Amino acid sequence: MSELDYKIIVGLEIHVQLATRTKMFCGCELVFAAEPNSRVCPVCLGLPGALPVMNRQAVEFAILTASALNCKIAEFTKWDRKSYYYPDLPKNYQISQYDLPVGENGFIEIPIAEGQTKKIRILRVHLEEDAGKNLHGENFSQVDLNRAGTPLMEIVTQPDMNSPQEVSTLAVELQRIVRFLGASEADMQKGHMRFEPNVNVVIKKDGSEFKTPITEIKNLNSFKALEKGTAFEVKRQLNEFLDSGEVAKSGNKKTFGWDDTRGVTVLQREKEEAHDYRYFPDPDLVPVVVNEKWLADIKSGLCELPLAMQKRFTADYSLGDYDAGVLTADKDTALFFDNAVKAGGDAKRICNFITQTGLKIANEKGCRVSELGISPQRLAELAKLLDAGTVSATAAAAIFEKMTQSDEMPQQIAESLNLIQKSDADELKKIVDDVITANQQAVEDAKCDGKKTKKAYGFLMGQVMQKTKGTANPQIVAKIMDERLKSI
Amino acid sequence: MDKKKINIEQVKQVAKLARLNLSEAEIAQFSTQMSDILQYVEKLDRLDTANIEPLAHCLPVSNCLREDIVKPSLGTEKTLANAPDSDGQFFIVPKILDEAGGP
Amino acid sequence: MQILELTCRQLRDKIAGGEVKSVDATTAVFEQIEKHDRQIGAYISTFKEQALAKAKQVDEKIAAKKPVGLLAGVPIAIKDNMCTTFGATTCASKILENFHSPYNATAVEKLLAADAVIVGKTNLDEFAMGSSTENSGLKKTVNPHDFSRVPGGSSGGAAAAVAAKMCFAALSSDTGGSIRQPASFCGIAGLKPTYGRVSRYGLVAYGSSLDQIGPLAKNVEDCALLLDVIAGHDEKDSTSVDEKTAPVRDWLSAVNNKPQNLKIAIVPELFKGADGEVVESVKKAIEIYKSSGAEIIEIKMPHFDYAIAAYYLIATAEASSNLARYDGVHYGHRTKNPADYIEVYSKSRDEALGDEVKRRIMLGTYALSSGYYDAYYLKALKVRNLIRSDFTAAFAKADCIVMPTSPTTAFKLGEKTNDPLQMYLADIYTIAVNLAGVPGISIPCGFDKNNLPIGLQIIAPAFAEEKLLQIAMLFENKTDFCKTAF
Ligand SMILES: [Mg+2]
Ligand SMILES: [Zn+2]
Repeated sequence: MSELDYKIIVGLEIHVQLATRTKMFCGCELVFAAEPNSRVCPVCLGLPGALPVMNRQAVEFAILTASALNCKIAEFTKWDRKSYYYPDLPKNYQISQYDLPVGENGFIEIPIAEGQTKKIRILRVHLEEDAGKNLHGENFSQVDLNRAGTPLMEIVTQPDMNSPQEVSTLAVELQRIVRFLGASEADMQKGHMRFEPNVNVVIKKDGSEFKTPITEIKNLNSFKALEKGTAFEVKRQLNEFLDSGEVAKSGNKKTFGWDDTRGVTVLQREKEEAHDYRYFPDPDLVPVVVNEKWLADIKSGLCELPLAMQKRFTADYSLGDYDAGVLTADKDTALFFDNAVKAGGDAKRICNFITQTGLKIANEKGCRVSELGISPQRLAELAKLLDAGTVSATAAAAIFEKMTQSDEMPQQIAESLNLIQKSDADELKKIVDDVITANQQAVEDAKCDGKKTKKAYGFLMGQVMQKTKGTANPQIVAKIMDERLKSI
Repeated sequence: MDKKKINIEQVKQVAKLARLNLSEAEIAQFSTQMSDILQYVEKLDRLDTANIEPLAHCLPVSNCLREDIVKPSLGTEKTLANAPDSDGQFFIVPKILDEAGGP
Repeated sequence: MQILELTCRQLRDKIAGGEVKSVDATTAVFEQIEKHDRQIGAYISTFKEQALAKAKQVDEKIAAKKPVGLLAGVPIAIKDNMCTTFGATTCASKILENFHSPYNATAVEKLLAADAVIVGKTNLDEFAMGSSTENSGLKKTVNPHDFSRVPGGSSGGAAAAVAAKMCFAALSSDTGGSIRQPASFCGIAGLKPTYGRVSRYGLVAYGSSLDQIGPLAKNVEDCALLLDVIAGHDEKDSTSVDEKTAPVRDWLSAVNNKPQNLKIAIVPELFKGADGEVVESVKKAIEIYKSSGAEIIEIKMPHFDYAIAAYYLIATAEASSNLARYDGVHYGHRTKNPADYIEVYSKSRDEALGDEVKRRIMLGTYALSSGYYDAYYLKALKVRNLIRSDFTAAFAKADCIVMPTSPTTAFKLGEKTNDPLQMYLADIYTIAVNLAGVPGISIPCGFDKNNLPIGLQIIAPAFAEEKLLQIAMLFENKTDFCKTAF
């Protein structure tokens, strides 16, 4: 297979659940894992005579996201019915948008290598309602309609991704974006985002190009599954091409389901059966007209997007791409960081506080770093103490933890915990001399260039720290120690 | 294709789309009756509509939006009240075998 | 005084004034039902106990001098395609025979809030698909004026109930003439308001862009009264028009004002399609208008003739989608022992839906299916636009258009059941009005040699119900063609 010269082509269809309180066309509350069929009303149950009324917030979230994805926003859109029969679809049609999506022709920028990005074109962004859920028992199936009518935003990309990594990177990037915008909680575990890649490969062989039949992969429930499933499908297609030589033609698109436990894709639908969705404009809904004022109002909800922020953190604050990425995974955390730096804290120090101590505590508490009760200003003060050598790094971590429980400034905490570093050279010289006198063997080991040099040196330093209960400024101690050892 | 006539095979295909388990007799009858109606409907072709906008709706309104405020749902019991088959929690249907039967 | 002879307005005033008890009016209505409905078959269900309880409640309110609604104590019927939490909501279909709605249609809520007494729910062509009520999946309704004839459709039950004095008025619906044509056949008044005037929430959908709820009543004034009660924007129906675009008025007060400088348009070409006696009566009606000072102008409506073709594509396309939900999964009839879940759909639907409904679902499915959409559905929507422009042009010249409601008077039961196309073609005068979304009213304007009522249709611009009712009232005040049976 490795001898094949090929290019991977992937486009994505993504369904994102919007962060509204209620459903797309009725006032039923969206509750995860609620009692089955408890969040259902005449509208989402599709009872005779019930009519849909659109949720303003859902429309605005979709327009906001489409704007962030650089789409052209339609001034006039409408709703269409997509007909198919399925037990989780009570009306046997889904209200969706067919020929006039909310947004079209945009792009999303994704990070591909250190500092580098790639643009993936967005074909369209449209709104629709979700179906319910079918659960399969031994001899029968159960239908739960709690999810029926949930507002979904469907995003369709152009087939611009050329590796499984790019596919998962896009997914992660999109997750960051919708979270930054507040348009979706984007929780994969709760099914807030569903990714369906359309995969095929172009093979160069004997001077001509062969395109394998496109397959759509369903049932990818995590970013890892998305990447693994796509990679598997590429391999499977290459093998199948070698076996059968089948190439893409209209009507031979197949659907595969990802089996996560076995790590394979399984054929679900042999060929794109003659789906005839009979789209037509939904006569129960009126058009959506987006005028300039409304669009401006919605766009005022736009913010600096994660990738831009990540780039700014690396450029302006000299952070590494990895750290900047960790900080911008979540908007509140990123803003918290940014504000602490703007309040005078050193960027690298603030970053360390957040990524090393902060995220750990926040994880334990199940909240964000910004919600730990430390203001960006207080954090900046802590960074300054560390920079000035007033406290040690270890002490700073302890102070950080204490700051989550108390409103005191870090200086006060340091004092009350007796964590202020001793920088008084005379006092420290005396302690160093005491340590040297008491540990002659270690002094000898430290002086000769041998295996034990480093260890002995560390031991002596440790003794000083112990005698000062960790409050000695290690840099000053080291300086004195070096001088003393040299003079012996 | 002949627009005027709808043959037995087409009727069957449409019946499948419409989920109607029509008898052979019904199919034959509908083939005739639908052909008659479609033949009548042909008269629309006499009108030149090349520059005419389709009119799906006569209403002078747009943007009928609802605020995102929770309204009471029916609750499980009422939701299932008219169900031909349920277990008190779910609607019950014969086992759905083709999981890919959806879109 | 014969209670049953009163109009809604008269009865309401007498009840509110303490002169008549709602309980007595309600009792009289049920006596009439018990006497005649076995033969006429207007009602699918009646609610005697509930009605009498409500009547008593209203009487008590009045005795206690508490404020009461516009329809205080007036017994009203509801076409059985509107959802009610009481009784079943069947749409005259076996598929919904045992369906109990957990909610009330907005129009029903408004009736209840106006203190109306709901008598029962009336028969119709299954899912309102038909022009004779012969397509009911549940029962037969005959014309009270002649039991061998149809009451018209689809609101045949409602019109027959009003004409036979088995209620004082009825709430009905009109997709292609379903209020106006039975009004014409039964000798009563029937108003189809402008599309968007009355909430459709809870009206079981047939053709959603055409359906509109309106009153069937003994006269024009009662139509105005009922419109006062049911009109207005409903936040549950996106297609019900807001107050700013279409203010709700006090039509009952306005209806007796004589319209000034009245210009009436007629389309002479259209008279060709109607029976001689019908044309004669309509022409006499036009003379009456002329003699009362109206200017009559002749116009052309070049696309009118295409309305039926456009309608039967648009309405059936919408219907095919609207009726997809009747599948035996979540409610309604389910076939016994389905082999698999697909059969739950296909057999349940086949068993419980009637021929006409299936035919329209088939036609609509076909019109929307891939490869045919542009040729049929899209084409029909474009023609719909042309038809509307005919109306716009007409209303630039005249206040209203006058024509027959139906080309014939009530026809014999069974006369047209074997030829669906012939049945469709009889809707020639009413259908264009729904396509254009404008309001229309049918009022009695004479009788044929068999003493069967003839209907006059008046059509006005969108949201011009006030003018429309005044024009109709002008005719009613000068004539005496309103005639209930018995
Ligand atoms: Mg979709
Ligand atoms: Zn709901």
